[in-house]
Amino acid sequence: MEKRTKLAEIVKNQHDVILNDWVEFQLNATTLRRDLMKESELREQSREFLGLFTQAVQSGSDIGETIWKPVKDFLGQITRSRVLLGFTPSETATFIFSLKQPLFDVIRAAVKDPKDLVADLWTTTTLLDKLGLYVMELHQQNREEVIHRQQEELLELSTPVVQLFENILALPLIGTLDSARTQVVMENLLQRIVETGAMISIIDITGVPTVDTLVAQHLLKTVAAARLMGADCIISGIRPQIAQTIVHLGVDLSEVTTKATLADAFMIALQRTGATVTKSAATKTKG
Amino acid sequence: MATLRDEIYPIRSSDDIVKVRQITREWALMQTFSLVDQTKIVTAASELARNTLEHGHGGEVRIQALQEGSRRGLRLTFVDQGPGIPDLAKALQDGFTTGNGMGLGLSGSKRLVNDFDIHSETGKGTTVMIARWK
Amino acid sequence: MERIPILKMGRFLLVTVQVDMHDRLAMTLQDDLTGRIVKDRAHGVLIDISSLEIVDSFIGRMIGNIASMARVLDAETVVVGMRPAVAITLVELGLSLPGVRTALNVDRGVELLKGCIEERAQGNGHVAG
Repeated sequence: MEKRTKLAEIVKNQHDVILNDWVEFQLNATTLRRDLMKESELREQSREFLGLFTQAVQSGSDIGETIWKPVKDFLGQITRSRVLLGFTPSETATFIFSLKQPLFDVIRAAVKDPKDLVADLWTTTTLLDKLGLYVMELHQQNREEVIHRQQEELLELSTPVVQLFENILALPLIGTLDSARTQVVMENLLQRIVETGAMISIIDITGVPTVDTLVAQHLLKTVAAARLMGADCIISGIRPQIAQTIVHLGVDLSEVTTKATLADAFMIALQRTGATVTKSAATKTKG
Repeated sequence: MATLRDEIYPIRSSDDIVKVRQITREWALMQTFSLVDQTKIVTAASELARNTLEHGHGGEVRIQALQEGSRRGLRLTFVDQGPGIPDLAKALQDGFTTGNGMGLGLSGSKRLVNDFDIHSETGKGTTVMIARWK
Repeated sequence: MERIPILKMGRFLLVTVQVDMHDRLAMTLQDDLTGRIVKDRAHGVLIDISSLEIVDSFIGRMIGNIASMARVLDAETVVVGMRPAVAITLVELGLSLPGVRTALNVDRGVELLKGCIEERAQGNGHVAG
């Protein structure tokens, strides 16, 4: 208990000295990003953090305690902004780790007994390490969120649903279909069916290299969902290998209309929607 | 894992099933679930609330809004002190029904969520926990 | 008591479900509708569920029952306007409403019903799907 109070007391009394030294350290650190952050901003952040830190450390150095919540919230805030600005993890964590030296200095000056000194330094270093790790974790979390959001945006981009004709939609699928992508694709298609009132949708898988059980099941589910909404689906572009895989996997496609090519599927769709295609006279004479 | 919100609602009547649906929808919106995710968890909640009412002779649901890293989720725990389910494995099969349902309550709900857990003791009651993550 | 209104459109009946259906309401609808099919000598029933945010197995079963009962009473049933999220969820739940006809909206539903009834009038009693 006494050790904690010492640290708490020193931090409280030497607030201004620590702040000055700390900001100085940060300004001289190699990880400083003058391009991304103004000096005044850094000074302001440091001042606010040290204030919260001083307050929290009065009640102990277990950062799991609720008293540390304002400190952690504040760290969350600055980490988020630094991730968005493009800081690296070490650049972000320097904010905490650079506080070590100024704190050590003031502790060394204030504590005379070597035993106490070691104990106090130990408490301080453990505390700052914990906060530093916390920042690293936050940094990574924020990065993951950014990546996650970008993935979602990519998914949206990679699934165009096109209208071929009145009442006929086509969904040309290209590339590997994983479960998440298939799901987005399917939701998009169903949404477009509602918007356009299309009676028939052609799902073309010519550009899909492989179809596993999960993807096949997703396709079937989409066809079933479209049927519940009152629309039909045709699956086209099933290549020989994929036909073989589908049969080997034991996926039952008997309820679904399948066609070898998008063109065949389009003809069927035209027929079903009551449209006919005829060659114009000019083309006929040429042929 | 952090719990953002934690509440308990009774399931005593058919109107309570509607209320559980509405509350689940509200919470799913709060957790910024996509429309499909909302619909799935609300539908599962409706199935299980009805089970609690009809087979468990009423009970309650505990609903929790969760956050784990960047993932947000909803957890619903349905508890009753009813007769319990003698053969769980059988009850989880598609098409298994004790009478007036289509036998999709348990097995169907399981497919609509990410986590599913069930405990049942004959004569003591049943607890079903489901969670969906966005 | 709360009831879902049933509208008569020529030889068809139109039901627009606009509330969060609780179980009792669903049961009442089933009773009311079969009664009206006989009374109005209706040949078709349109159930518009475009406002429904969820369909669980209970409501799904009710829709299936209505279709079966209507068929016995010589009327066709078309469910119209199911939302994509609802359809996806129903499929995942394992409910595909076999034997129930579906259409994207009321207009399409009416066309579909007319088609069915013509087909039957021509004497080939086949009903697909």
